[in-house]
Amino acid sequence: MSTQNRINQLFQNKKENIFSVYFTAGYPLLEDTVRIIQALEKNGTDLIEIGMPFSDPVADGPVIQHSSTVALKNGMSIKKLFEQLATIRETVQIPLILMGYLNPVMQYGVENFCKKCQEVGIDGLILPDLPLNVYQEEFRSVFEKYGLHNILLITPQTSDARIREIDEASNGFIYMVSTSSTTGVKSNVSDFNKDYFERVRQLKLKNPHLIGFGISNRETFENACQYASGAIIGSAFVKALEQEATLEERISSFIKKIVISA
Amino acid sequence: MKYQVDRKGYYGEFGGAYIPEMMHPNIEELQQRYMEIINSYNFRHDFIHLLKHYVGRPSPLYFAKRLSEKYGSNIYLKREDLNHTGSHKVNNTIGQILLARALGKTRIIAETGAGQHGVATATVCALMGMKCIVYMGALDVERQAPNVKKMKMLGAEVIPAVSGNQTLKDATNEAMRDWINNPEDTHYIIGSVVGPHPYPDMVAQFQAVISEEIKMQLDEHLGREFPTRVIACVGGGSNAAGAFYHFLENEEVELIGVEAAGKGVDTEETAATLTLGKVGVLHSAKSMLMQTEDGQIVEPYSISAGLDYPGIGPLHSHLFQTKRAKYLWATDEEVLEAALELTQLEGIIPALESAHALAALKKIELKPDEVTVINLSGRGDKDMETYLNYFGY
Repeated sequence: MSTQNRINQLFQNKKENIFSVYFTAGYPLLEDTVRIIQALEKNGTDLIEIGMPFSDPVADGPVIQHSSTVALKNGMSIKKLFEQLATIRETVQIPLILMGYLNPVMQYGVENFCKKCQEVGIDGLILPDLPLNVYQEEFRSVFEKYGLHNILLITPQTSDARIREIDEASNGFIYMVSTSSTTGVKSNVSDFNKDYFERVRQLKLKNPHLIGFGISNRETFENACQYASGAIIGSAFVKALEQEATLEERISSFIKKIVISA
Repeated sequence: MKYQVDRKGYYGEFGGAYIPEMMHPNIEELQQRYMEIINSYNFRHDFIHLLKHYVGRPSPLYFAKRLSEKYGSNIYLKREDLNHTGSHKVNNTIGQILLARALGKTRIIAETGAGQHGVATATVCALMGMKCIVYMGALDVERQAPNVKKMKMLGAEVIPAVSGNQTLKDATNEAMRDWINNPEDTHYIIGSVVGPHPYPDMVAQFQAVISEEIKMQLDEHLGREFPTRVIACVGGGSNAAGAFYHFLENEEVELIGVEAAGKGVDTEETAATLTLGKVGVLHSAKSMLMQTEDGQIVEPYSISAGLDYPGIGPLHSHLFQTKRAKYLWATDEEVLEAALELTQLEGIIPALESAHALAALKKIELKPDEVTVINLSGRGDKDMETYLNYFGY
């Protein structure tokens, strides 16, 4: 395990227009997880966030709430997800991040969870309800032991001083939440808070950042890319999975609409 | 001070603030300022004034003579049902609306189960001229219709939560989402001793007036400040926290919380969190939780919408773990019988929630010289339909 974390490799090799996608594991169908990851990579996705569904996702809007409910009904669990990902590194090279809420991870056992992540080849974690201070005091050492980067969020309300603290505690990238909202809020480029984007750029942080929340089409993606190394699409992608056609077709046509030459 | 919150916001291993970054500025502001604000002269003055002249405090501590005779002991009822708006909830909403005003907030959000906290919030918003939005599970909107109408008449907007089981947990999720989407002008008035630090401590302090009065009133009645025991129902646990508060450090006072067992703790239709739960994180605090092995939250059930919650405040998890308090449970059926008993012995129709505390009388041994205080947290007007359907009047 002497190789560098795939997240760092990505940001070293690619400085702009990084295209990152979130989806909920176990949705639309329980066994879609691996197919979705493979199709995303094939269509030029740089980084994937695999959502671990939770019954009470308070930071999420209706689309991801719905996909989480369906995934849980389908029988998704952390245990099941690790089974599905057991051989993912035989076919997939891009960095993979698990994203979800703290409680299911706690019940799985934090150390066990991290160990399993390393075994299957996960590069980082995003746990929105794991705040910075608790991460530093109780989780950091075990995350690092298993080579996992913790991705922390900042928002338009986050002070400069706190952004610097978060930068200091981060070692992959910073997840820059575009607007003060839950996920999946339909936004236009004009809603973007340019002052905030500019403020963060001026801080000259040591970590790169990706912009997420409200990125839903080519216009918002390209605009976000002007202020960050790239952007993350979540709800819009999850919604696109509901359409007719095969899974692979749905994914490829969605990505073509957003990235010109992925 | 074994049972007070520590500097980091924990009661033993329970509590804390497991908040997404989007909530950080609001929670940090509350953490840094709540003690200073609620201990300020202006706040104390307004709080005490409103509790006396607006809420009608102190609420009586009533010696229930016929109930006492039946159980061969001395039973006192702390009459929170006589407060303005009909329950203990208003103690907290008065405190929090004054706090919101001090913080310069203009828009108030709240969650509600039975509608008692929603009505108490809508009431203080009308009083202070603030915009009020109440999230309520769609199922509760149906089963607590009179309270929904009251909130609307008071000028509040009631938004039904349609996710999950459409009850209190889901209403709380929606309120948190609202706060994430409105981080600047909004204060979230949480109705119980749940949520991230400092809410559990703050709400407990506002409800502590209950036990403060019990001590003074017992002294007047009996020349003693401490009862043998205090009994209160527990959902999130705010009325119990208030009724226990000034007795916590006096270990001779037995403290009993009563959870909602619904159709029974051996069924899946129950809300007895401490009896059945495991440690976890929900609604930004670490506490006992009803959950699956995979850490998904289990949908609770109780006949009483106010106790229909899969979690419990971190203070109670701590009192349970340290055995400072004892937690019993009562089934829907036991609760309905207890409500009828009080109604016909004392002429007081209790709320379904409060009837859980009354149901404990049949589960403990009462001696003739003992003094038991039951916190009668609310009145039964809102539950008349349930009572009439069950008893067939």
